[in-house]
Amino acid sequence: MTSSSTRSINTTAIAGLSVWVGLIVLVSYWMGQQAHRWLPVQASTAAPLVDDLFSFETAIGTFVFLGVVSVMAWVMLFNRAEKYDDTDAVPIEGNTLLEVIWTAIPFVLVMGIAFWTIRASDQLGTLGPMEHIHPRNPVEDAGGYPGDRLPAEQVEVIARQWSWEFRYPGSNVSSTELHLAVDQPVTFRLVSEDVLHGFYIPAFRVKQDVIPGRAIDFNVTPTREGVYRLRDSQFSGTWFAANQSDVVVESAQDHEAWLEQAARLPLQPGLSLAVSEYATRQSRSNPGWATVPPAPPPQVNVPGSSAQPHQA
Amino acid sequence: MTIATFPPEPKPDQGRSRYFGFCTDAKVIGIQYIVTAFFFFLIGGLLAMVIRGELITPQSDLVDRAVYNGIYTMHGTIMLFLFIFPVLNGLNNLLIPTMIGAPDMAFPRLNAVAFWLVPIFGFLLMASFFVPGGPAYSGWWSYPPVSIQNPLGHLINGQGMWITAVALSGVSSIMGAINFVTTILRMRAPGMTLFRMPVFCWTALAAQSLQLIGLPALTGGAIMLLMDLTFGTSFYRPEGGGDPVLYQHFFWFYSHPAVYVIILPVFGVFSELFPVYSRKPLFGYLYVALASFIIVGLGLIVWVHHMFPSGVAQWMRNLFMVTTMLIAVPTGVKVFAWLGTLWGGKLRLTTPMLFCLGGLFNFVFAGITGIMLATVPVDIHVSNTYFVVGHFHYVIYGAAVMGIFAAIYHWFPKFIGRMPYEGLGKLHFLLTFIGANLNFLPMHPLGLMGMPRRVSSYDPEFTFWNVVASLGAFLLGVSIIPFLLNMLSAWIRGPKATHNPWNAIGLEWLLPSPPPEDNFGEDVPTVISRPYGYGSGQPLVEHQDEIERRLELMEASA
Repeated sequence: MTSSSTRSINTTAIAGLSVWVGLIVLVSYWMGQQAHRWLPVQASTAAPLVDDLFSFETAIGTFVFLGVVSVMAWVMLFNRAEKYDDTDAVPIEGNTLLEVIWTAIPFVLVMGIAFWTIRASDQLGTLGPMEHIHPRNPVEDAGGYPGDRLPAEQVEVIARQWSWEFRYPGSNVSSTELHLAVDQPVTFRLVSEDVLHGFYIPAFRVKQDVIPGRAIDFNVTPTREGVYRLRDSQFSGTWFAANQSDVVVESAQDHEAWLEQAARLPLQPGLSLAVSEYATRQSRSNPGWATVPPAPPPQVNVPGSSAQPHQA
Repeated sequence: MTIATFPPEPKPDQGRSRYFGFCTDAKVIGIQYIVTAFFFFLIGGLLAMVIRGELITPQSDLVDRAVYNGIYTMHGTIMLFLFIFPVLNGLNNLLIPTMIGAPDMAFPRLNAVAFWLVPIFGFLLMASFFVPGGPAYSGWWSYPPVSIQNPLGHLINGQGMWITAVALSGVSSIMGAINFVTTILRMRAPGMTLFRMPVFCWTALAAQSLQLIGLPALTGGAIMLLMDLTFGTSFYRPEGGGDPVLYQHFFWFYSHPAVYVIILPVFGVFSELFPVYSRKPLFGYLYVALASFIIVGLGLIVWVHHMFPSGVAQWMRNLFMVTTMLIAVPTGVKVFAWLGTLWGGKLRLTTPMLFCLGGLFNFVFAGITGIMLATVPVDIHVSNTYFVVGHFHYVIYGAAVMGIFAAIYHWFPKFIGRMPYEGLGKLHFLLTFIGANLNFLPMHPLGLMGMPRRVSSYDPEFTFWNVVASLGAFLLGVSIIPFLLNMLSAWIRGPKATHNPWNAIGLEWLLPSPPPEDNFGEDVPTVISRPYGYGSGQPLVEHQDEIERRLELMEASA
């Protein structure tokens, strides 16, 4: 083979490779854009930050994945042994330069992602101080509101097996449906009366375990009106899956009106799917494997509705 | 030395009965481990079918919620403690002594005791299905306070039996780890320096070192959990001043490295098989070998990434994110080294090679979702959702179990002495690869949409992807049939295997198939070069031609 034909083969190879890499870059960019569509609606200030990071990682990840799979596909198509060829291939033991390159590039890449992430986390600032508390505070057990300890804008979230209770100490309101005013920062005070629970609102992209014996401050700013779901995200026992609640984000005026109206309503049992399912279960002749009985439904001003449609 | 005395003639009938008793031959123990593991694999798989059956509809309608929680808990526990660890210890038992030219493990009786603990704690775990109140239901993490609630209040309860079984499993694994580490460090053939050792042994050494460092933390944590459950202590009980988050640290300090205990030997399998079926040396042997120990070091300081949404401060989240990200570097070195090995090779797409390629494909996917999970804000959104379930099933089933299947098909001729069938093997691969991706890929969109893991019912918007996942799961359930058929029929009446049917390089391929009880006996060959000398023409050991001629003569006369 002459040197000129070798050169032309090399040129073809480099051109082909460039086109292929360019194609992969395009597909990766497209996947990064698609990534937004796999996530729920953005309903808090945290959501765009999380989604942009995820979209960026999807693009990078697609590029790496397609790159590796391209090599695998190439060798499976073009580096197959002939049917009766038992001989070995040309032995290449390694290449130090390549090793250095493919150690350095991932290192720089992941550290870059890490720094972006730390900046995003700082911006998010969801997690406030954690305070160790004594569970089953007698005042709370008596149904009183620890309003003297809480700033007025703070919403107390009480997780139980298996219901959620939300208390608005400033307005003397309690509910099993979480109501928030749009575009107003809110600080939750997360407490659990029994086991671990997870405070998770997918549309807000936030999640925090609720830990018995601790009161955790947690900051969120809703940005979009609508009805979303709050899901228990840390396994909490038999009716874990049923431990969900609605989150209603409304305008500031509507929120004020709701609080005023709710304060006038008498206390009544809140929503607890677990309580009704437990009753059905116990009425059977063989109730099955043992379970912790659900806590009685909390006494609240607003139980909310279980039939309300929510945004996916 | 004459033909008649070397290699030592295997005893004519060693009998199948030794597989059912207390035998100290590592090769028998290896097969005992693997067969026991696959027995439990079938039970764990059956439980998975029930889980996917329940999740094919949004309502909780197939089984009672308490039953569902027990079933998903036992599925995870069985698959990890009774399938994947035992099956890997089976491979360790078969491969480590034969690959390094040792006659047996360093402590053969300890080895047998470690194995026999497996059926004992397996029985204990199975028995918990039948005690009043049912088995443990708090997930394979068994986080307190849920795990110490004990609704019936009996002294003997599913959760207590679960903790005891896990502690026994830890004892068994520690016994195994001491044995594997000692064997690798002390019993290598003459001339086999550490840097002439096959990569499988490197990865086994790395993985078993992790067991020795991590398991005591889990065992201690489990004993305290058992005391909280049984005697009312309050190590983790908040009302007595205990901290439930403390348990999470004990648990993940071991259980994150446990993932590397699983995946490292599978990396070892990939590193062994890619050279054989590409007819090329392993690309960058030294880096691949050393990367295992970098993974060990980093793997020990990442556990808090399992607890990002739990009770940890923001600066700890950031720190453990950085360490987690760094693991991508040594792992990347390995992946690129395998690609370098394949590049320009002469590939033979046999069943074991297909399982390796499929496993690598799935592993790269899992690695990318792993990086996503490491970044704190994304993890906060998807942790404890189906995204995580999808990620780790890609690691454990997509990569590790596929690697284990590759290893079984590759070394079956060596240790059973018969060839498995290629057609059934390829069918098995196809069903596994399609089934696994159909089952586990839909879990990622579900998690991104916000479906929590461990739920027995879900909101209707999650239905579509759950139906797809369930169909994939059922396909995966079917995929095990050609495998079992293949193994059984090949074991009973498969064609006899020669000593080296794949034309592979390694000490184990210089033994007859199956090898005699003491492997090389007194005549351990002297190793004179690095492993994977494909295409170099260099022999691995002194007098290699002579050894191979004798094996061929023996095979011709049989």
